[in-house]
Amino acid sequence: MAEIKKTATRDAYGKALVDLGAQNEKLLVLDADLAAATKTGAFKKANPDRFFDCGIAEQNLMGVAAGLTTMGFTVFASTFAMFAAGRAFEQVRNTIGYPHIPVKIGATHAGISVGEDGASHQCCEDIALMRTIPGMTIINPADAREAYTAVFEAAKLDGPVYLRFGRLAVPEVFGEDYTIEIGKGVELKPGTDVTIAATGLMVNEANIAAEQLAAAGISARVLNIHTIKPLDTEILIKAAKETGAIVTAEEHSVIGGLGGAVAEALSDIYPVPVLRVGVQDVFGSSGPAVEMLHVYGLDAAHIVEKAKAAIALKQRA
Amino acid sequence: MTPEREKELEVLACKARLGILEGVFNAKCGHPGGSLSAAEILTYLYFEQMNVDPSNPKAENRDRFVLSKGHVAPGLYAVLALRGFFPVEDLKSLRKNGSYLQGHPSMKLCPGVDMSTGSLGQGISAAVGMALGAKVAGNGVRVYTLCGDGEIEEGQVWEAAMFAGNKKLDNLVAVIDYNGLQIDGSLEEVNSPAPIPEKFAAFGWNVLEIDAHSFPAIEAAFALTPSADGKPTCIVAKSVKGKGVSYMENQASWHGAAPNAEQYAQGKEELEAALAALTA
Repeated sequence: MAEIKKTATRDAYGKALVDLGAQNEKLLVLDADLAAATKTGAFKKANPDRFFDCGIAEQNLMGVAAGLTTMGFTVFASTFAMFAAGRAFEQVRNTIGYPHIPVKIGATHAGISVGEDGASHQCCEDIALMRTIPGMTIINPADAREAYTAVFEAAKLDGPVYLRFGRLAVPEVFGEDYTIEIGKGVELKPGTDVTIAATGLMVNEANIAAEQLAAAGISARVLNIHTIKPLDTEILIKAAKETGAIVTAEEHSVIGGLGGAVAEALSDIYPVPVLRVGVQDVFGSSGPAVEMLHVYGLDAAHIVEKAKAAIALKQRA
Repeated sequence: MTPEREKELEVLACKARLGILEGVFNAKCGHPGGSLSAAEILTYLYFEQMNVDPSNPKAENRDRFVLSKGHVAPGLYAVLALRGFFPVEDLKSLRKNGSYLQGHPSMKLCPGVDMSTGSLGQGISAAVGMALGAKVAGNGVRVYTLCGDGEIEEGQVWEAAMFAGNKKLDNLVAVIDYNGLQIDGSLEEVNSPAPIPEKFAAFGWNVLEIDAHSFPAIEAAFALTPSADGKPTCIVAKSVKGKGVSYMENQASWHGAAPNAEQYAQGKEELEAALAALTA
């Protein structure tokens, strides 16, 4: 089997900003002293007059982004997910969300795969926080291609967007012909016994899990839910009706993220068992990223286990 | 400023105070103290200083104003109404269900409001972003913001001040309504940000200190902006909280309380007497 190419979604973000900036002279990029890590540094190099470093001051970063956007610019504001969604939550809520100013928040280093920096930087709460803001669009790309196209699609959207990128190089899932459609889930594999709804780097794990389940005679559908909000309830209800059980998989707390969103949506319309693979209401810890993903149960093996448990729950009824 | 113009502006400020009192009385809640202390500043900005057009409130190259102390919405609304952005009659709808005059300003609902504010410390950052945007666009737009003296206890204000100073945003003016009182008492009792002028100067701002209730003083300060040395300007405006309504003056308790019918009648009588004296 050929070696699968791996790229971090943050690298694709940096490249997309450069390419978008070449097309759109109204594009401005802000950072908070993390340009080398968030990869906005590439845009800074290409367009020094359109890049502004706000320094280590994320609350002001969000307010400046809002003010700039009202002056007719397309503004991407970047920092780590922990500080974008966590530290500056109320600024995002009140100065971006409430007036529905179309600021694009490029949050990198989300989740456990930050690795060695440990719990203080492993943000597993950002999707939950951003979901509570009315009108906020949340996109969690699965790979480099999806991340790249998400930047272009987000820029077109007349509303605030939270884009969630990772530090770790992850396997490529999509080819160069793929373009994300915001708010539309993607069926990656057909299946009839159970559905795995995954987001971010867990999409690749979901594909692996489906292959393992197939070997055990279980037909698992795989959905890529790149947009957590607005959630594609149509594709999820169809999956609930046709497969009768759902497993969600995300590099985020099992509280309030994709799992929470799917459980909330289905319990309203078409309740079926929803089992959640994710960080189990604990803080992260230091260690190599790939190793830590296994430590926190963020892998195909845990998806397989939950898929079997979900099928068992379905059959109990 | 001619004495005639000064008198005209004083009349407008007095009418703004009447609008503040009426709005807060009808809402049975709201923030009269800081609204009354800022009446001259807001009047001067909208009637003398800013390039705005009430018939085209979203004009691209208008000057921008951000009420960082968003609870002073009754003051901003009264001046916007007098300036012609919406009917003065609507001030009675302040804080009522369905009104575009929300408890704190909404840019989505209220004509003339350039930024939604209310959570302290956030408006100044948005104003800094607007000033930066005007610099990038090179459109000559100037940006004004009004902060409370208590508000500047928020750390975000100093993040914004540091950034504006470093970026030399000389198209930005921040006015500090220095009335010396916050909800829990005097600044000294609670958590004083003094010395305010020295702090802004240390963050790279051009600083001016004036009497917030003197139109000639306000005019003289704005005449010194933009500063010759490329710095943003901070105008520290020493004011009287509750100014113009005798029983509210210098009382922290009138920060966020509405007058009862008797108090409203007295305040209205005082302001109408002041108006009559001005127009006699």
